[in-house]
Amino acid sequence: MTVQFSPAAGRDRFVGQAISRVDGPAKVTGLAKYAGEFAAPDLAYGVVVSSAIAKGRIKRIDAAAAEAVPGIVKVITHENRPATSQKPEDYQDAVAPPGAPFQALASDRIVYSGQPIALVVGEDFETARYAASLVRVEYETAAPLTDVTAQSGASYDPPMKRAGIKPPPEPWGDAAHAFDTSEIRVNAQYRMADEHHNPMEPHASTVVVEKDGTYTVYDKIQGVSNTHDYIAGAFGLKPEQVRVLNPYLGGGFGSGLRPQYQLFLAMLAAKDLGRSVRVTLTRDQMWSFTYRSEAIQTVALGADPSGKLTALKHDAVQGTSTYEDYQEVIVNWSGVLYDCDNVALTYSLTKLDTPTPGDMRAPGAVTGVFAIETAMDELAHATGQDPVQLRLKNYTEGDQTEDKPFGSKELKEAFRQGAERFGWDKRQPEPRSMRDGRELVGWGMATGIWESMMMQSSARAVLGADGRLEVGNQTGDIGTGTYTILTQIAADTLGLPLDHVTTKLGDTKLAQAPVAGGSWTAASSGTAVMKACRDIAEQAFKLARGMDNSPLANVDFERAVFTGGRIEVAGDPSKGVALTDILKATGTERLEATAEAAPDKDFEEAYNAYTHSAIFAEVKIDEELGVLRCTRVVSAIAAGRILNPKTARSQILGGIVMGIGSALHEESMLDHRIGRFMNHNLGEYHVPVHADIHDIDVIFVDEEDKANPLGVKGLGEIGIVGVAAAISNAVFHATGKRIRHLPITIDKIVAEG
Amino acid sequence: MLIDSGSPGAVGTIGITLTINGERREIAVAPWTTLLDLLRERLDLTGTKKGCDHGQCGACTVLVNGTRINSCLALAVMQDGAEITTVEGLASLAAREGKNSLHPIQEAFVEHDAFQCGYCTPGQLCSSVGLMNEGHAKTRDEIREAMSGNLCRCGAYTNIVDAIEDVMQGAGR
Repeated sequence: MTVQFSPAAGRDRFVGQAISRVDGPAKVTGLAKYAGEFAAPDLAYGVVVSSAIAKGRIKRIDAAAAEAVPGIVKVITHENRPATSQKPEDYQDAVAPPGAPFQALASDRIVYSGQPIALVVGEDFETARYAASLVRVEYETAAPLTDVTAQSGASYDPPMKRAGIKPPPEPWGDAAHAFDTSEIRVNAQYRMADEHHNPMEPHASTVVVEKDGTYTVYDKIQGVSNTHDYIAGAFGLKPEQVRVLNPYLGGGFGSGLRPQYQLFLAMLAAKDLGRSVRVTLTRDQMWSFTYRSEAIQTVALGADPSGKLTALKHDAVQGTSTYEDYQEVIVNWSGVLYDCDNVALTYSLTKLDTPTPGDMRAPGAVTGVFAIETAMDELAHATGQDPVQLRLKNYTEGDQTEDKPFGSKELKEAFRQGAERFGWDKRQPEPRSMRDGRELVGWGMATGIWESMMMQSSARAVLGADGRLEVGNQTGDIGTGTYTILTQIAADTLGLPLDHVTTKLGDTKLAQAPVAGGSWTAASSGTAVMKACRDIAEQAFKLARGMDNSPLANVDFERAVFTGGRIEVAGDPSKGVALTDILKATGTERLEATAEAAPDKDFEEAYNAYTHSAIFAEVKIDEELGVLRCTRVVSAIAAGRILNPKTARSQILGGIVMGIGSALHEESMLDHRIGRFMNHNLGEYHVPVHADIHDIDVIFVDEEDKANPLGVKGLGEIGIVGVAAAISNAVFHATGKRIRHLPITIDKIVAEG
Repeated sequence: MLIDSGSPGAVGTIGITLTINGERREIAVAPWTTLLDLLRERLDLTGTKKGCDHGQCGACTVLVNGTRINSCLALAVMQDGAEITTVEGLASLAAREGKNSLHPIQEAFVEHDAFQCGYCTPGQLCSSVGLMNEGHAKTRDEIREAMSGNLCRCGAYTNIVDAIEDVMQGAGR
């Protein structure tokens, strides 16, 4: 497809090319600074003391010994906590689910294990850490409820729906009756473990108290606007009294969407002491605020002997906290993926004494698609169908949940190209039929899906007299490559060399933009940057036409070509003028523009938009020892236009690696007797390491989409969705054993039955 | 120049000498201060990252006398006299070998997109140099095995191995 970035006959030169990250040199030399690394004069260090119990209250907290340590500035507990806003809504950040957000040190009540109960502030980190170990606490303990299975009977339909999260659609047809009368039936329960995001950078905030009494806050957040508004609200400050920056984020995966308690505590101490404070969480404290909570899912599929679906039921009960109704879309995907006349989807919550769960890479889809795509493999086996053929048989060109066509859907082509690259046609259908020496070989596949979204977003562009352009907005580059793609878009729109463009992100002084999440940043910020640069192009063109003896005097804007730092006449490159000459000749210091991009209402009215993937996975399993390796993954992605194949591929690779983690490694283990995640460290919570990751092949299928002028659909989440199902299906193919409870560890492989 | 590590809660300080990225520095350091915290909090060398503080993630990997170690598990006082290279010093390490820009492994990481968020990257880079100094790993499988102490949550593993292989084969640009 041709999207024209230059106003007239523009040629894409950087968009679509595998450009190396513009922030690469900063990241490989150690110059990129993260939230907990900014220096400030007289900086104090805060160390958090965490609750040892999950439920109850603090009877007594004794900080005397801690305070007596030389170099301790203050110990803040619920007993001496400075006042903050009394209004609960002031703590409701931009992406908060319904409920009353957690407030650190608000009272003696304990609502989850690991809850912050004191902040020890010292002159240096080691002293504060030591003193924190001296805080003595007596608790009154109540019995925590943290087992989603035990609590599933008490599930409820959340009375307040979370913004942006579609509740399950009304059922259509009669799924119960159709299932009971179907010739082929599969019906099973699927489970995943609780997972924690664990970005490599622990959450940290540095609050700098400026001489004029304002605050400069460096916070680990996926969008500085969220931190800014939260701080201003909770601490009763005027918007202009707070500036929030986060130029680099050491991984978020959703954990950085909401302001977390280290920010609140750092701000609390800084405001109270009138002194700059940094609070960095420990790795084990990364288990104390958000997680992907397990959902207990049941999928029941009815089909005729050819594999055509006649009934589809998908039910999920998911854990949330006692104080907020976190919600995600788990079951709806089943209704979007397949054509079926009788569908019933339900989703409910149950209260647990844990922190509120939160969005973690492709929230809901990772969970729900694992269930439906494993169930579809079970149906393929039950009907003797090839898994790809079964999916084609039930393929849909429209979103049945809302009765709308898809804006674009090249999933068939993804199946074709993915299968071809993988060599799927050489698969022997019978389980346990393929071997490599003493290892069983399994080939499995699955579909992935994620919503394609766009958010209202603005961007500002400034072209200087030196011909250099600066663009930017408040959103964050969370490792996704946003700095790079925005630089490419800006350079192409104004026909500038890449090194003449600087992109700035993650600063509340920049143009308004939402948090980076949901895979919406490329569409939202990308379109805004393009529009701002087009505005500058028009301004420059008008100035150029007014110049004495202008070569563009009688040329329409439509015939202007922006290239090589010049405006030229289409078809006659000899006629043109350099942007720097235009500004100089007209005495213009700079050209500025701020533009806003918003979703196309007409498009949204007419279509539903999703990205899709076809994932093929190979596992090799030592038959005697049960040791499993995922040796090969091919993922074919249909996600619209690819702005930068290099960073785009990395997005998908990363999703696949985290998907392998879900399938084989990741499991936060709760001890329900004490309501605590027990393996709260990277030695016992296993994420994939180098040795776990073998060959991964990523294919981008051509897909034309018109939801936004860039034709992009987003890539941050689609890479992970369906990966766990493809692997679990491969495990079944290798062993003949269906393991419906992730992660698939050795004990489950070698277990009897 | 004597740098006082300033840790008032500690029993006192001990004077040590470290050569960090080629620069000799005399430091009075509290016995409980790790090499990692000394670098990050006292010497403003924040390129070296703290990911877990338990030796479980490798983000803090630096080179001590050419050998890769987890700086979070090393007390600074035990490194007296050592030559330490952090990510900030990799380029100058290359300069000593007659190259005048980035270290080849840094260039290869950029070229192969061997990072996303960049937080594990300094550790991956130092670990890669340490691995090449060791000279044991020859194949992709051996590189993977020997790099497994360096976690990357963004999942850049395949690109990291590509970058290391590239440099090992002398094909780094």
